[in-house]
Amino acid sequence: MAKAMIKTEALYKIYQMGDTEVRALDGVSLTVSEGEMVAIMGPSGSGKSTFMNTLGCLDQPTSGSYQLDGEETSELSEKEKARLRNQKIGFVFQSFNLLPNLTALQNVELPLIYAGISASKRQKIALEAMERLGLGHRIHHKPKELSGGQQQRVAIARALVNQPRLLLADEPTGNLDTKSSREIMAVFQELHRNGITIVLVTHEEDIAAFTERIVRFTDGKIVDDRRIEQKVIDEGVLA
Amino acid sequence: MKIVEILIMALRNLSGNKIRSLLTMLGVIIGVAAVIVMVALGEGAQRKVTENITAMGSNLVMVFPGRGNSRGGAFGGGEQLTNSILSVIEDASFHIKTIAPEARKNFVVSYGDNSMQTSVIGCTLDYITLRNYQIADGRFFDEAEINARSRVAVIGSYLADELFQDTDPVGEFIKIGVFRYEIIGVLKEKGQSGFGNSDDLLLIPLTTMQQRIMGNQRLSTVYIQADSAENVDKVYNQVYDALMEEFQDETKFNIRNQAEILETVQETSKTFTLLLGGIAAVSLLVGGIGIMNIMLVSITERIKEIGLRKAIGATKWEILSMFLIEAVGLSITGGLIGICLGWGVSSVVSRVTEWTTVISPESILISFGFSIVVGLFFGGYPAYKAAGLHPIEALRHE
Repeated sequence: MAKAMIKTEALYKIYQMGDTEVRALDGVSLTVSEGEMVAIMGPSGSGKSTFMNTLGCLDQPTSGSYQLDGEETSELSEKEKARLRNQKIGFVFQSFNLLPNLTALQNVELPLIYAGISASKRQKIALEAMERLGLGHRIHHKPKELSGGQQQRVAIARALVNQPRLLLADEPTGNLDTKSSREIMAVFQELHRNGITIVLVTHEEDIAAFTERIVRFTDGKIVDDRRIEQKVIDEGVLA
Repeated sequence: MKIVEILIMALRNLSGNKIRSLLTMLGVIIGVAAVIVMVALGEGAQRKVTENITAMGSNLVMVFPGRGNSRGGAFGGGEQLTNSILSVIEDASFHIKTIAPEARKNFVVSYGDNSMQTSVIGCTLDYITLRNYQIADGRFFDEAEINARSRVAVIGSYLADELFQDTDPVGEFIKIGVFRYEIIGVLKEKGQSGFGNSDDLLLIPLTTMQQRIMGNQRLSTVYIQADSAENVDKVYNQVYDALMEEFQDETKFNIRNQAEILETVQETSKTFTLLLGGIAAVSLLVGGIGIMNIMLVSITERIKEIGLRKAIGATKWEILSMFLIEAVGLSITGGLIGICLGWGVSSVVSRVTEWTTVISPESILISFGFSIVVGLFFGGYPAYKAAGLHPIEALRHE
């Protein structure tokens, strides 16, 4: 049994909306081992996004324990969490979230800036990450000059520059066409083969089929958790 | 993360939005420039007035007619000074070098078709040396002409230029009222104005003034020159005592020494400078509010960016300092441009209007410092607001 990358125990996230109490997370216990590729599915409002945010240390659960790579996160300060996000976690968003005024390369460099890496070294690392994702010829383009698939690959390069142990992707193919979606999933599978733990949220079954485990949420609870036969895209997408 | 990196990032954000950055800075630019120009004008006025008072002559004590004790008595209502006072003053102190009385009145003087109003001053021989005048052309009147109450005149350079233009005034006749006076000399230009333009005057013998024009013995000012700078106060006190003994009433005469006048005038113009600078500072403040306004808008626009930066590992402090540096960067750049602009405007103003302007290092330092403070203060709240955003809510913001 591989080491647990993610281990949550009885996570609760409770909001007070007027008089009603909303349980976005209602006692979620989940363990994801190192190197796993997991899809989280569920209807909207099922708590899957809240769960992802908690995994990303972007949101604080009301109660419960969350250990990331063996480290308990509920006791961490804001600053320590920022550090953790920077070093151990890579984020990929549905809407890419690239900064429009920066070039692709500058976008990829951002996490390295916050990691305190010197300018010359930074550019080298960012360039390598972009080349790895087949974007070597696009480094000086602004995001709006790139296609959706290319933008998402820039975002993935950005998520990977600090060599995180965990990649969290929230509907990474939500804004992409089928072909680009397939390319992005191929990238994820390749990263997965290289040993990175990947958790992605999706509502598309055929995207989930590219992973090896599906966890389903309803009303803040895990209702289904099963391993599946991974549909492997055999395309050498990473350089 | 190093502050240099945040700085570069902030500057990149600013330069990515040039028009907006410029418009935001405009308030600070105008504010700083206004402060510098206003203070430069004020200081210039002060310097000029100081120069003028010094140019009146050195080591002077002046006696004027008293203001009287009636409330409205500014000039007309007071006691008169007459020639008889001169001997009293002369006997008052050993340290008096020269005494030069003057009787001054404004008249319209004319030459040919040209006429203008000027100060006609009746004075004695010592007057021009005591008042630091020099003869540029011709000569000053002599003892014999004073005794004879001659109709001779020495005119200031301004009057010579205005009235005679290209003609050489010496030897010409000028009319004061209906009488013709021969011009025997022209004074060298002093370039400053004492109280009014000190080159706009016409000197005639005191005897001529008093006996032929005024028909009385009144004096408008008695200039007393002490033999040295140290003795000015002594002369002042001794003359004061003598005049007190003579008049038995402080309100019947008015005695001033130069230093005292200088001080009063400087005090006044300093107040004036402060007032001008203060008004200008208000516009700097308004500029600061402009920065806050834009920073708040900019933060609302960039909420998603803030969320992203937090997600990829920016700490609260890093977000805070980025926005703060953006604000301060705007205000500093605005301040620098404002200083250059203020400098430029001041020199243009002084060239065009011939006013003296003095760019003081203090005004540059203070307005620059103030613009930094404006940036910190008005950028502080938006930056704090940005740093406090919750990453999730920020990322969800559309």
